[in-house]
Amino acid sequence: MDFEPSSEQQMLIDQVRRYVREEIIPLEAKLDPDASELDPADQARLVEKTKAMGLYGIDIPKEFGGPDIDIVTRVLLAIEMAQHRAGLYVPCYGTFGGAGLAQIFEANEDQKERYLYPTLRGEKKPFFGLTEPSGGSDPARAIQTRAERKDNGWVLNGAKIFISGADRAQYGIVFARTDASKGRAGITCFIIDAGTPGFHVRRVVHTLRSSSYATELEFKDCWVSDHQVLGEVNKGFAVANDRLTRQRIPYAAGCIGVAIAAHEMAIEWAKMRSTFGDKLANRQAIQWMLVDNEIDIRTARHFTLEAAEKARRGLPFRTEAAIAKLTASEGGGRVVDRSMQIHGGMGMTKDLPLERWYREMRIRRVGEGPSEVQRMVIAREILGSSLR
Amino acid sequence: MALRLRLDKPWRPLTAEVVDRLPGQLGVYQIADAKGTIVYIGQAGARSAFGLRSELQREASQRTLGHQFRVEVNQQYRTRWFELLMVHQADHGSLPIDNAKNPPPALGRLSPN
Repeated sequence: MDFEPSSEQQMLIDQVRRYVREEIIPLEAKLDPDASELDPADQARLVEKTKAMGLYGIDIPKEFGGPDIDIVTRVLLAIEMAQHRAGLYVPCYGTFGGAGLAQIFEANEDQKERYLYPTLRGEKKPFFGLTEPSGGSDPARAIQTRAERKDNGWVLNGAKIFISGADRAQYGIVFARTDASKGRAGITCFIIDAGTPGFHVRRVVHTLRSSSYATELEFKDCWVSDHQVLGEVNKGFAVANDRLTRQRIPYAAGCIGVAIAAHEMAIEWAKMRSTFGDKLANRQAIQWMLVDNEIDIRTARHFTLEAAEKARRGLPFRTEAAIAKLTASEGGGRVVDRSMQIHGGMGMTKDLPLERWYREMRIRRVGEGPSEVQRMVIAREILGSSLR
Repeated sequence: MALRLRLDKPWRPLTAEVVDRLPGQLGVYQIADAKGTIVYIGQAGARSAFGLRSELQREASQRTLGHQFRVEVNQQYRTRWFELLMVHQADHGSLPIDNAKNPPPALGRLSPN
């Protein structure tokens, strides 16, 4: 496969790269190093710019008014969008807009009117409620939140954890067990409005990602009508699983973007900084670190674009997405770590973005399926059929 | 196990003499009036020259005598700050009076136990 960008892709890459360097990074220099939001006036101004670029709502499908960017191009742009301090988790501070939750595109017409279109118009924000205190890596078995039939609807009881944005969202997608005897075939997906009685955002969960927080949710006799079931009863796991697989590709791209930014900083520093009468760049120990960075980045980029290309062609890409996520999150972590080492003491300070990337990149080895689960997915493929 | 949600350390007088002895670390703080009503929840972020000490020195120079303060050293000053604001809002139905003048955009809502 040839992963050299086409001239059209290169034009978009250059456009986004310029936007990051000329618009985002100068604003970021004035923000707290852990900031995850721009000043509202700057946010509004930049959204107008991305709209003028024709790239606003980048993840929205064409039929819903999105800019019709294929997944390979999307990966190339995601790599660019991540190349600033907040870029791993808040690429360009959300100024390219979000699609909301991919699952909502599968909603029925009534649900689209109530949730999808307001989300696309920026009037509603959703959250995604899958992980529970009982575990996140194996949601099919770990989900203990129950939904039981009552009064032409469902009563939810249980808890969710590590849920981003639930305290600010107007609604969320929540997975609950509707048939305890059926494992993954007994899970249903519900749309829960923020004000629904019995739905509580109980606390903030502080993590290494100190720029923003996750929350813990509780459902206590929370009744919702049948109209709030997304998709079919007992078929909610497929909805979650599809999202988890697709999400791994842009997730990997973000890691690559940050790795590239860290690597470029390390190269620049190595050429400038002298110790014991010579530039760091002339020392083999440093050269080898930079070479290892380069290899990690190229490897992750190759596998991520391979996964994206398979997805674009409509081919199975589960294994490729797992390889991409694994190589990008683990390789990206190593790149940031080596780049900090090259920077010495300065690399540990909040003056530079490296320390934030280091903390946030560590989470990437767990988020969206930990490295061990990715290896399980890959192992199943290897053991299930010969490489030949 | 969840961390403690609310700050419950004893109040200390907001005077130059007391705040000059504070650490230069990052964290969060609360200011109360003489009756102990919280009037402001603040954070000492990484752009503060001397963290909590700088922020409380500024507060002491701008507020009248009788105000009190308490601090929590915390590297996660931003998320802890949001948490304290949301907990205050849940407990009292509104933000502290000085935060309400300039509330953070899109503050979330908690219903803590």
